[in-house]
Amino acid sequence: MMHSQSTQDVFEYLLRLGDSALIQGQRLCQWCGRAPFLEEELALMNVGLDLVGQARHWLEYAAEIQGHDCTADRLAFHRDERAYRNLLLVEQPNGDYALTMLKQFFYDAWHLPVLQALCCSSDRRMGAIAAKAVKEVTYHLQRSSNWVERLGNGTSESHQRMVGANNRLWRFTAELVTPDKSEQMLWAEGVGPDPDTIRVAWEREVVSTFDRATLPVLPSPHMGYMSARRGLHTEHLGLLLAEMQSLPRAYPDAVW
Amino acid sequence: MLPLTLFEVFVRSKHGLSHKHVGSVQAANAAMALENARELYTRRNEGISLWVVEASAISASNPEHKESWFEPAEDKTFRHASFYKLPDGVGHM
Repeated sequence: MMHSQSTQDVFEYLLRLGDSALIQGQRLCQWCGRAPFLEEELALMNVGLDLVGQARHWLEYAAEIQGHDCTADRLAFHRDERAYRNLLLVEQPNGDYALTMLKQFFYDAWHLPVLQALCCSSDRRMGAIAAKAVKEVTYHLQRSSNWVERLGNGTSESHQRMVGANNRLWRFTAELVTPDKSEQMLWAEGVGPDPDTIRVAWEREVVSTFDRATLPVLPSPHMGYMSARRGLHTEHLGLLLAEMQSLPRAYPDAVW
Repeated sequence: MLPLTLFEVFVRSKHGLSHKHVGSVQAANAAMALENARELYTRRNEGISLWVVEASAISASNPEHKESWFEPAEDKTFRHASFYKLPDGVGHM
């Protein structure tokens, strides 16, 4: 089906939102059975499943735009790495708990203002999905920022691990706050969020949380990685997809 | 062993009048205990309010005193309000 440029922009944006939520959710679910204690196990799975649920809403919408017999499952399980549009940040391996929580925090601090802005999108369906998700993500951010503060202020070991995690992840944060042409267009059309608002909100959240966590804020990652919108991912996404997609690809007729 | 404290969790359901004990969680402090309680005990829409109390702050009756403390009440049916007819306007008794 041929689409106008603006429909194509919406489709791409839905993939960015949906794929990021899906991959972040999948990474969290990799902690299943391995969390440091029972309460954290439940919390990680709750957040993960919130995100998978949100991904389903975004991808269902994307599938409808795609048309034919496309479905959310088809998009999630039958697209290759190069067709995925998730943030590079969320495909990074979980590492230790410091890295997992900092990754979650960077993502949440971006996710919340994006959803808040999308609540007033001129695209009513996007607005409705965002309004439902914003409550969940408000809690996600509260939880992850508390963990950043707790580990940053904890022992010298936990502080060191947070510094290490930050050194690994910071390079992927430029992508969160640097809009491309398509996102600028969506903002101009009243569909997408104002990129400047997102950048300011993200930076404010990071600076204030890092301040409480006694962690150093690194200089803006101008030379950061941000190729995911063109389908160019780090080496980690392929492995994640191989695991996540193996069952529906091996047994295409499998049902729940 | 993790340096965590045991907290007892109380949930008030949507139509409940009081918080009810539902179980316990481990946490580093009260704020974290509330978050953990939210994750464990309200994920199926069980409540709209949470309390957590450090388990060590609770003074409990001695199980050995069960006979002398509680059994004497068993045969005192006259202490129950079952011999009165409740007026319609009286709510939760």
